[in-house]
Parts: sequence; structure tokens; C-alpha cells
Amino acid sequence: MSALRDGADERLETPAAAALRAPPTMRSVVGALLRKELRVELRTFESVPAMSLFSVTTYVLFHFGLQKDTVTGSLASGVLWVTLLFASVLGINRLFVADAEQGGFDGFLLSPADRSALLLAKALALFIYLLALELVAVPAFALLLLGSSLAAAMPGLLVVLALGNLGVAAIGTLVGALAVRTRARDLLGPLLSLPLLVPVVIGCALATTPLFAVPAGGLPLRWLLTLGLYDLVFAVIAFALFDFLLED
Amino acid sequence: MYGKRLRGLALTTCAALTLTLVAVLFWAPNDATEGFLQKIFYVHVPLAIVTLSGFIAGGLMAIQHLRTRDARWDVRSYVAIHISLVFGVGVLITGSIWAKGAWGHWWVWDEPTLVSFLLVMLLYATYQPLRFAIEDPDRQARAASVFAITAGVFVPICFTIVRLSSAYVHPRTLDNISGDLPGRMQVVFWMALASIGLLWLLLWRYEMASKHASAQLRRLRRLLSDDEDDAAPLRRSAAPTMTHAGSAR
Amino acid sequence: MATLAAVELRGLTRRYGERVALAEVTVALEPGQTLAVLGPNGAGKTTLLRLLATLLRPHAGVARVLGHALPEESWAVRGRIGLLGHEPLLYRELSARENLAFHAALHGVGAGAAERLLAAVGMERRADEPLRTLSRGMVQRVAVCRALLHDPELLLLDEPRANLDPAASELVEPLLGRSSGRTRVIVSHDPAGVLAEADLVLGLVRGRVALLAPAAEVDGAALRELYR
Repeated sequence: MSALRDGADERLETPAAAALRAPPTMRSVVGALLRKELRVELRTFESVPAMSLFSVTTYVLFHFGLQKDTVTGSLASGVLWVTLLFASVLGINRLFVADAEQGGFDGFLLSPADRSALLLAKALALFIYLLALELVAVPAFALLLLGSSLAAAMPGLLVVLALGNLGVAAIGTLVGALAVRTRARDLLGPLLSLPLLVPVVIGCALATTPLFAVPAGGLPLRWLLTLGLYDLVFAVIAFALFDFLLED
Repeated sequence: MYGKRLRGLALTTCAALTLTLVAVLFWAPNDATEGFLQKIFYVHVPLAIVTLSGFIAGGLMAIQHLRTRDARWDVRSYVAIHISLVFGVGVLITGSIWAKGAWGHWWVWDEPTLVSFLLVMLLYATYQPLRFAIEDPDRQARAASVFAITAGVFVPICFTIVRLSSAYVHPRTLDNISGDLPGRMQVVFWMALASIGLLWLLLWRYEMASKHASAQLRRLRRLLSDDEDDAAPLRRSAAPTMTHAGSAR
Repeated sequence: MATLAAVELRGLTRRYGERVALAEVTVALEPGQTLAVLGPNGAGKTTLLRLLATLLRPHAGVARVLGHALPEESWAVRGRIGLLGHEPLLYRELSARENLAFHAALHGVGAGAAERLLAAVGMERRADEPLRTLSRGMVQRVAVCRALLHDPELLLLDEPRANLDPAASELVEPLLGRSSGRTRVIVSHDPAGVLAEADLVLGLVRGRVALLAPAAEVDGAALRELYR
């Protein structure tokens, strides 16, 4: 193929090797992306502390706004999920910012890695940030506002949190990618994600209302099913459309 | 290209609308409980159906855009959503008037269709700001298409979930759109639906023709003036333009 | 059946809305050769480079890189092209080593290449400090490593020696220069400087080809005409 070159000992492989090299596996790429993501977050603390702090402040706001010392049942559900929603939006906004500002998209697009790996890695990262948020936000909620027993609500609440997080992760990653390369990214992120996340809030709130009621009731399966289906639909949509957002 | 059958369509639409208006005012029966105001139903519901269909059509056109990379599909999708947004505002206004007349409040939460509609409109209201915020026309079109598809899928799902939750929260469901309309009301309803559908189509074709003509004009100006930059000043815009040969492969 | 040319463009067009960024660009580059892309600001030089890097799609015309048609076969060439532009494409919070390990994973390349490259550009001692603590010149050196990590056959360079001091330039020369044996496309604002190492010169003005000639035939007059 190429003519012989001087300084060929500077070459690291034979010229044909690059062409024959197998593309990296999805797993290794997602792993590398996720590790990079978490490393950057751990060094800059851009997302998780802000989200957690925001949630606690919001509880205080609700206390004063609703003029209540404790909440139970549907009110408790509402306060918890709306707070988590707004805190999540903060995370969604920050998700792709580092990549947009530091040429991360180009770097990724220049590689032979599968585009969907980025979607998967970002969604996983967002899911992890949401878990970290909830580690603070849920106990804080129990401490500050919840009138019923958290322990009684617990196993059911974990399931609902997981399903809610999945929905936010799928939609958040799609919307984050959509909003990041625009001029008004901080405004568009919330504007786009909130309506799309309303059904998630509906599902989560209605699922946890009996859990926070006094006395505590059972977990309504129909809402879990609804949430699960919603998550699935938008995960598929995100998967199908994400590549189109990455191109220049 | 788009202007050809415009006149025929315009005449048909005018005729249909006039006929429907006459039917609504003079032929359709007056509702026993709500009286004359109930007739706004013949505007409100067809508007809603056409608006939602328009949004979904916009989503389907967006799918075509992403598949074929032909910029014309993006323009079609934009116009569809744009017109549906206008119709949608009409839905909210007529819905509000009807609610005030029927139940005494300008807004009611236990009418799941109205609530879902509000949510859908809140989402689509971000379409133009989104487009405006992206300067690169290629990227703007792609982002808009992704949005249109996501939102288009959201429409039916949103209606289903809100309806489910409404049944749960407000056991008394107000279901006044399903097919048990007495004979005459049904006929008038279908007439209204057809006319408003035609109106949407007319406006869509009209705007497409207008965009096409402007693009042709600009292209001719460019060819005549020998200077590329002359006829296409780079103004930020939310609206896509019809480039002659489509977009990237 | 791969063609012989490393880069082959015929009637390549790329639009920006109703304007034209590149129009009817036609050029062929043999493997191992160097193409210098010159022209005034806004001529489309960066657009051309990004198109060759598969970051942009052509709107019309034919583009073949390393024997593969773009954009249909972009996936086949991505691992064989190296882009070095104005942006280092590195994460400031990570160290040189971490950045290169990340890119190595994206390309499916082992870690050994990164170490050798870091040593070649003289950055082995500061490879574990976050990039935001390093000078612009050092970051550029790490960027050079990033571009070469997967041993690309085709190098796309946009002002490669910007931000590099003479010592660093010397270190980088055998990796990026003519002696590396790679096919190169260089965009430069220093026409005289780049002519010396080019085989073919492409001059763009407002997206159109204003000059296409072997480097030996391009003189001062032609360059002045280009930048007029």
C-alpha cells in the first residue's frame, strides 16, 4: 500500500494492522466512557452535591409553602417526587456539558466505537447520580417532612425509585444530548424534559401514595407496570434517535 | 409545486366550513342541559383531533427526514407542527370556554383530555425555541426531527396515562367524545371534523407553497447576482428553508 | 476493491443552509503524500478537514478516503484517521495518561502505544497531572499523542505546530512530519512554511477550488493571488 518511509521505526504497528484491528467491544467502550464520566464527576463535583443540596432546600421550601410540619399519603408522594424531579433536571443539564465544552463529542465520533455506547454510558452515569441523590434526598425527606414510617414504605419505595430512575435516565440522556449544543441549553433542558417526565411523576406518585399513607397500604402493581412500559418505550426511542444528535 | 391544487382546495374548504357552520347553528339539536354553548363542542373536539393528528403527522414526516436526509421532509414536518400549535391554542381556548359554560370554571382538572392536551402543548411549545437555539441549519433540522418523533410518540402515551390516572383520582369520568352521539349530532360532528381537517390541510399546503416560492426566489437572485452571500443573509431563524436538492446523504 | 488513492474527492459539496461551504471540490491524493490546504478565512478549509475526518457528511459529490466511500463506509475508516485540530479533544480534569487510556479504549488499542508516544513527546514525567495544570504547549503535545494513538494511516492536521515551542516542534516532527510516512492533509495559515513539506497544494476561496497544483509549481505570485 504505502511507499516505504524513513523513521518507519517510529511507527508502532505495521500499516495494515490498523485496518485489520477489530473494533472495540461495546462493553469495553461503555466501561471506558463510564469510568471517565465518574472520574470527572468525582474531581469536579458538578452534579451530585448540587442535586442533593437542592433537594434538601426544596423540602424546606415545601414546609413553608404548604405550611405543614409533616405530610402523608398523596401529599407526601407529591412532595417527594416533585423534589426529585427538579433535582434530576439539574443533573440532566450538566450531563453533556463537559463533553460539549472540551471536545468530547469529536473525540468519541472520531473513534470506531459504536455510537450507542455513549448513550448507554451516559444513561448509566445519570442513573448512578440519581441513586446518589436519593441516598441523601430520601432520608432527608423522612427526617424533615414525612409523617408516616419510611421503614414501612421501604421495599416498595426502592422498586418505584428504580423504575423512576430508569425513566429519568432514558429521557434525560436524550434531552440532555438534544439541549447541550444549543445556545440556551440551561433553559431548554428543563423545558424539554419536564413535560416528558410528567408521566413518570404520575406513575411514581400514584405508586407511592398508599406506601406513605397512614396506615401504609400495598404497592399498586398497575402503576409499576405503567412506569415500566413508559421507561421501555422511551429507552427504545432514545436508542433509535441518539445517533442523529451526535453528528455535527 | 405546492400551489397547483391550492385554489380547488381553498374553495372546497370554504364550502365545507360554511356548510358546517350553517349545520351547527341551525340544524344540530340544542343540548338539554348546556344549551347553545354546547355547540362549541363541534369546534373544540375536531380542532383537538386535527391538532393531535397534525403533531403525529409531523412526527412521521420527521422520521422520513431522518431516513432520507432530505431537507424537504424537515420543512414539511416544521409546517405541520407549526400549524398544529396554532390550532392547539384554539383547542385550549375553546375548551376553556366550554368548561366555563358547562361546569362554571375556566379550567377543570378532572377532564383528562384537556389536561393531557395542556401537557402536550407545553411540550410542543418548546419546538420553536429549540430550533431557534441551534444555528447550524443541518443540525437544527436533525434536532427538530428527533424532538418531533419523541413528542409524537409522547402524545398517545400521555393521553393514556393521564386518562388512567384521572380514573384513579377522580372516579367520575366525563367521557363525552365517544361514539354515543345521537344521529344528527354525529352527522354534524363528522362534518365539522372534515372541514377542520381540510382547513389544516389547506393551511399546510399554503405555507409549503409560500416557502417553496421564497426559496425559488432566493435561488434566482443568487444566480443572477453572482455573489453567494447576497441573497442569503445569515439571520438566525427557527424556520427551515427549502434548499433545492435536499440535505446530506 | 480498494482504489490506489488515499483521498479522492470529486465534485464534493457541503452546504450550510442556503449558503455553500464547499462547492465542487475535486482532488486526489496518493498514499504517503502530503496535501496542503490553503486559503483565506472562511474558505472552507476546516469544513474540508472535518469532512475527511467523517465528522461531517457530504451533501453532494463523491468522497473516498482510504478506499472507502463516505458517508456510507465511514465506520470502516474511523480507526485509520487521526485528526489534530485546534481543540485538543482531551478532558482537562484527567491526566495525560488517563486521557490516552480513555482514547485507547475507544479505539480498541492497547496501553503500550500511549506510553511510547508520551515518551516520544517528552511528557512521561508529567503524565499523571491533570491537564488543566499543564501549559497549552504541553497539552498540545498530549493531543499529538491522542491523534497518533491508534496509528492512523491518514493524518488530518489543522495548524499542527500552533502552541508548540521550537523544542516541542522538533520532538513532534518525526511523528507528524513527512518522515512519518503517513498520508497527510495539512491546513495552514503559513503558506510559505507548509509549501516546503507538501507534495500537492489545494487553494480554496469561498468553498471553491481556486488553485490545485503540485507544490513545486506554486510560487509567490500564485499564493498572493489566492489570498487577495
